[in-house]
Amino acid sequence: MVILPELVLLTGALAFFVISLGNTSDGRAAKFTALFFGFATFIATCLSFQSQGLLFYGSYAVDQYSQLFKVLIGFSLALLMISGQNLKGVRNSIRPEYYMFLLLSVLGLMMLVSSVELIAIFIALELSSFALYLLVPMRDDFTGIRMQMEAGMKYILFGVMATGFMLYGMSYLFGLSGSTYLKDIIAYFSAGNLQPAVIIAVVMILAGFFYKLAVFPMHFWVPDIYQGASNETTGFIATIPKFGAVALLIRFLVVPTGESIFLIKLLAVLAVCSMFYGNLCALVQKDIKRMLGFSGIAHAGFVILGLLTMKGEGYGIAIYYIAGYVMMNLACFLVISNVSQKGENLQIEDFNGLYRRQPVLAFILAVGLFALAGIPPFVGFMAKFMILTSALQANHLLIVCLAAINTAIAIYYYLSVVRAAYTADPEDRPAVSVHPMIQATGIVLVVVIVLMGALPAKFVDFAGTVVQSLL
Amino acid sequence: MDLLLIKEGFPLLSFLVFLPMAGALVLLFFHGESFARFWTLIITSLTAVCSLPLLAGFDSTSAKYQFAEAYDWIPRFHINYIIGIDGISILLVLLTTLIMPFCVLASWSYIKARVTPFMFCLLVMETSMIGVFVSLDFVLFYIFWEFMLIPMYLLIAIWGGPRKVYASIKFFLYTLAGSVLLLVAIIALYLKTGSFFIPDMMWQNYSATFQVLVFLAFFLAFAIKVPMFPFHTWLPAAHVEAPTAGSVILASVLLKMGTYGLLRFCLPITPDATMLLATPILWLSIAGIIYGGFTALAQNDMKKLIAYSSVGHMGFVTLGIFVLNTRGVEGAILQMINHGVTTGALFLCVGMIYERTHSRELALASGVGKYMPWFVTFLVFFSLSSFGFPGTNSFIGEFLVLAGTFEHDKILALAAIPGAVLAAAYMLRMLQKIVWGGTNNPDQSYLTDLNVREIAVLAPFLLFVFWIGLGPQPFIDLMHASVTNLLEHLQQWQQHHQVAAVLWR
Repeated sequence: MVILPELVLLTGALAFFVISLGNTSDGRAAKFTALFFGFATFIATCLSFQSQGLLFYGSYAVDQYSQLFKVLIGFSLALLMISGQNLKGVRNSIRPEYYMFLLLSVLGLMMLVSSVELIAIFIALELSSFALYLLVPMRDDFTGIRMQMEAGMKYILFGVMATGFMLYGMSYLFGLSGSTYLKDIIAYFSAGNLQPAVIIAVVMILAGFFYKLAVFPMHFWVPDIYQGASNETTGFIATIPKFGAVALLIRFLVVPTGESIFLIKLLAVLAVCSMFYGNLCALVQKDIKRMLGFSGIAHAGFVILGLLTMKGEGYGIAIYYIAGYVMMNLACFLVISNVSQKGENLQIEDFNGLYRRQPVLAFILAVGLFALAGIPPFVGFMAKFMILTSALQANHLLIVCLAAINTAIAIYYYLSVVRAAYTADPEDRPAVSVHPMIQATGIVLVVVIVLMGALPAKFVDFAGTVVQSLL
Repeated sequence: MDLLLIKEGFPLLSFLVFLPMAGALVLLFFHGESFARFWTLIITSLTAVCSLPLLAGFDSTSAKYQFAEAYDWIPRFHINYIIGIDGISILLVLLTTLIMPFCVLASWSYIKARVTPFMFCLLVMETSMIGVFVSLDFVLFYIFWEFMLIPMYLLIAIWGGPRKVYASIKFFLYTLAGSVLLLVAIIALYLKTGSFFIPDMMWQNYSATFQVLVFLAFFLAFAIKVPMFPFHTWLPAAHVEAPTAGSVILASVLLKMGTYGLLRFCLPITPDATMLLATPILWLSIAGIIYGGFTALAQNDMKKLIAYSSVGHMGFVTLGIFVLNTRGVEGAILQMINHGVTTGALFLCVGMIYERTHSRELALASGVGKYMPWFVTFLVFFSLSSFGFPGTNSFIGEFLVLAGTFEHDKILALAAIPGAVLAAAYMLRMLQKIVWGGTNNPDQSYLTDLNVREIAVLAPFLLFVFWIGLGPQPFIDLMHASVTNLLEHLQQWQQHHQVAAVLWR
């Protein structure tokens, strides 16, 4: 059962297909099935954590690298299913379809982290992306502005463009090396058959994943899609697909290009641009999701900073960073989707007095935001610290200083939300009631954020050794 | 690791660091208001009592780090959990642990809303403050240093005065922005030495440029915390808006972290840069002393007045540190303690007035001497101490600092003298207003004098004012070995490396 998680997800998607055929005016069936499959996926990923195998003519590798990502994806999915279980932004009647596409998208991501062949990668990526494109416009249209349609349109158009870049790059790789297997391609180029076109091909492929990770200049979709999609969908877009993006970025950065200095310079520029663009834009946002979107661009810059060392250690830290980032974001979106009364978008001032309206959520939000801002002892600090260390080790002093300055810029907008939650007057905003299970999930996330920050050694060591197998 | 005197058996320092944290965790589960008050008082008192064995077991003839504990933490990055104290930090640790129970008592009736979270923040604050002073691993230090911002921010932002939002954000942004480059400097030092152990970074042969860059990163972080003259603007705002306990913690402990950082890191890690840049910093200190004095003279808000007086007093501390001789440095450390005691007590006094009149305006608090004799008695002693009246603690500190400054540079010392005069002027002005006032005093007859709890809070501070003022020797003995060791190192360094220290003279 090397592909148990994938099978569970597939079963889940089929189950929702069946549910969608019946009478679906009552959302409870969909909700409990979703919770069940969220947990089942996580358990399946844990069970198959140790399994190894090469499937489908060597195009699908189940190894420690992919299983690590699958566990992370499974864990995040389970938490996401609990925190977004009310799915306020989506009509009851289409919830089974919503969950079906959600699970298919996760299935695509699981396949993506295991794929080691260009066509398989492409198919997996498209499966995950197209399912995701459909989730965005499924939002309930209670505002009458139909911004979810605009968001869905933008998402698919930008997405297809990015995919086009990637596919073009892949065709170059195939044309130059004569193989679609990453292993063969790497071996071919390592043997010295390098041409200038290789770097072009690799950069184009990277661009496709930069789009997923929202790195400057492939970030244009972020604010509008974050704002247009329902809170729960944004919570998904902002978290789990990032794993797939980082996993594949590392896979392609390993391809020798013969121009690594140019590539490092390019990555460095992109990282700095992402950080400054994301942080400066986030400063003026009023909508919490837009703000988190821009902050996501800035954090993507930090991930790139970890990748540009081009060493196993740096890659391991980048995985640690993205895992930490997803946990912090999950905590924030857990609060957002539950503070929102009917699934509407939240302005920052809507958090006013959250401390009195729902102290537990306010606490979770504060921890999530302080962690995102990189205040110790949370995971955000430790991850940032390690990224900066590894980048400085690779002699990027200027970039490290710029990154450090960015953390000082970022604190302002994170703090403005904490300030609203803790010091502002709630005025006539109603108290927020939350299911105890969601509160418990939030506390679990807080514990994970603190523990990952306080005891990072195991995780970073493991990620570092796992990445070594790729090099 | 021969610098460490490993403590066998009971890990006392770790216990001190994490006891308040454990106490805070208990408060998460029990929400009763009076329980929170008593529990926090018990925990802080227990911490204070348990910190006394430090004094008994401390070997003041040794410059080693004592009561040390060392464990592996993140071996991959050579980050270890190493803590210990020496003559420089022991007094600061004791100051922290001893002052916290009084902060709790001062908030007993002052804090009426959300008592449990307040006490939670106080306890978390105590953990991180003690942690800063005992950390011997730079990452550990940085974690405590930064983490402290969160509880302090919440203390000001939730329980603060009318402009609490502005003050708290300014405090947070200022201090955080200052310390981001500190992190880069720490990493750069790690890459040079291969270790985050602070003593391993000291007295190494770094190039002059490297030293200057690291020094500037250090200096920015610590000077903002002190706060030194051009970086001081967050302090009055934060002091004025913070609740009494917050002001006391800020004045007594937080500001000391800046000067502690300068002493612990700048001097031994970047000696060349220190000698190169000492002169401009000395003049900045003078500027702080004079500026703080003049600004305090013009304040009508009692808390603001004391806040600006802090700028002046901390100017004396940085002055003492950067004259780089035994008298100066010992005076500076003693002055840190003095400032903690005296200014902490003054903030407590202002808090007590505020609880009664609900105003910090000097004009509204004038002429209370008639109705609150106990209160003004205390206030007079603390004010006298604040401007360094002979017989009080600050006199010893300022005297040592000035003696050290005369040894270093006469013009500099003469420039500092007006600061001492100014201190007398603004403190006596405040005293005159509060105790006697004028002919048009507001009606103060409704005021009640201090109750037993409040007297019990202030009395220990008075004890220390006179103890340090009349018999400072035991305090100086504690720090003497470490200070001498530090300065001897610095002198040897100076002889071996003919630096351009003369350049500025």
